[in-house]
Amino acid sequence: MSAFQDTMVITQRQLRLLTRVPEVLLFSTIQPIMFVLLFRYVFGGSIDTGQPGGYVQLLMPGIFVQTVAFTLAGTASGLAEDMKKGLIDRFRSLPISQSALVVGRTLGDSLLNIVVLFAMGITGWLVGWRPSGGAFNVFLGFAFLLGFGYALSWIGAFVGLSAKDFRVVQNVSFLVTFPLTFLSNAFAPTTGMPRPLQYFAEWNPVSTMVAACRELFGLENQFGATAGSFPSENPLITSLIYMVLIMAVFVPLSVRKYRKAAG
Amino acid sequence: MKSVIAEDLVKTYDKGNVKALDHLSLDVEEGTVLSVLGPNGAGKTTTVRILSTLLRPDSGRATVAGIDVIKDPDKVREVIGLSGQYAAVDEILTGYDNLVMFGRLYHLGKKQAVVRANELLERFSLTEAAKRPIKTYSGGMRRRLDLAASLIVKPKVLFLDEPTTGLDPRGRQEMWGVIQELVKGGVTLLLTTQYLEEADQLADEIAVIDNGKVIARGTSDVLKKQVGGERLEVVVESQHVAKTLEIVEKISGHSASLDEGLRLIASPVSTGSAALFEVLKALDAAGIHALDVGLKRPSLDDVFLALTGHVAEEKKAEEEKTSKRVKEKK
Repeated sequence: MSAFQDTMVITQRQLRLLTRVPEVLLFSTIQPIMFVLLFRYVFGGSIDTGQPGGYVQLLMPGIFVQTVAFTLAGTASGLAEDMKKGLIDRFRSLPISQSALVVGRTLGDSLLNIVVLFAMGITGWLVGWRPSGGAFNVFLGFAFLLGFGYALSWIGAFVGLSAKDFRVVQNVSFLVTFPLTFLSNAFAPTTGMPRPLQYFAEWNPVSTMVAACRELFGLENQFGATAGSFPSENPLITSLIYMVLIMAVFVPLSVRKYRKAAG
Repeated sequence: MKSVIAEDLVKTYDKGNVKALDHLSLDVEEGTVLSVLGPNGAGKTTTVRILSTLLRPDSGRATVAGIDVIKDPDKVREVIGLSGQYAAVDEILTGYDNLVMFGRLYHLGKKQAVVRANELLERFSLTEAAKRPIKTYSGGMRRRLDLAASLIVKPKVLFLDEPTTGLDPRGRQEMWGVIQELVKGGVTLLLTTQYLEEADQLADEIAVIDNGKVIARGTSDVLKKQVGGERLEVVVESQHVAKTLEIVEKISGHSASLDEGLRLIASPVSTGSAALFEVLKALDAAGIHALDVGLKRPSLDDVFLALTGHVAEEKKAEEEKTSKRVKEKK
């Protein structure tokens, strides 16, 4: 019970930080909104999807996934900064649950995702995005997005706690997430990529997530890679497996790292 | 009863190449203050980190308030307070927010946490700044808030790792006042410092450490006797050296040394500034103009010189070189 309470206190801290520095919330919302508008109007005109509603229908799931993928960087740099400032030491000297700090941080970052996804959804709607999978499926799609962001947040936790220098963390996280989100079906068909990249894109969790969301939002995934493979045929189940795998590896790793964090 | 016992602690870093602690042993009697005194890199912080459960030693034993640090770290965390070298509070949150948050993490109820936060803010003269983010605080205010955070539930043992390093003289004075108040309240305190004066002001007993070992222990009087008291130093024009030497020796009652190159006459004195005044008066009466005059207190370097025969500064200079190199790399 007290472990739960400790975690909530940390999550509250996260939220309070947002109210103290509203710019963080502002910029973490503005950037994805800007992406929605840019991609919608820059690429939207030249990519013919041959589907009613046009490019924006395929684009929105892609941008949603990209945005939650950046949770990794957020969690990583947040924890790295706590390390640098000695806050991790203070938390570790308190009689609190050993997982509270990391769980609280990852939950807080996910709550931020809810706000950001909401703002993006509204923007998408305004520029023509119309999910047609039915209310339940759309809801499920967003639940998937939050789940994926949460899983990645644990990779971020591990990166942040392992970092020697907090300035490196942001760079490393972007270096990992940026190609991951582009070597996928998120913004363009993968069929134009060189063969080895196609295989990578096909198994890339970002692709399976995007495909899963497209399915739940009621459209066919036309940006899929080599058809007939397991991940492109079963994006929902593959994405779920990825999330479970990521958590199974990185939750214990991060908690162990936290216990041993030597600052 | 001993509140803190450390026996034979060994800690190495970098695969055994750097020996941070080399069979270090110390103990603190309940309700007293032990100051661990040593230069940078002597092993002070490592000692505190092990005793406060943040670091596991390679070997050795330690108990805090009778609880085994290695076997039962969770129980130890319930009875200690730790305030480190770097003010470990959330910079973006306000002082009040920080204390309430830490209060909740010590499992106080919401109301209790608020009451305790306000009490501590009042006690550490931070009420006015309570609603400001920490990043607007001065160095001294941060340290006080950090200290307040470690006192939320009255700890049985308090660890303060270099509580005044990096503070300006005023901040240091304020911090000393705050710590002295705590000591009056009967807390068991282990304090690390690089400053002999600080150890002198605050501690019942001092353990001098160097290269991960305790090399001397005792009250500050005992250590000071090993080091010697204050020294009076005068610099005069060369034609006045002989006469000045005579005056200084007469007043100090000790033989004085002379550095001919610097024309510096020095002698140990026991009466401090009174002796200084006497010497100045006598020089004036003899028509001698002192170019430079001063009282030198025994410093940590003097303690080190007296105890180990080597100078603490050498180490510092070396470290500065290394940190410079690291900076250059970046």
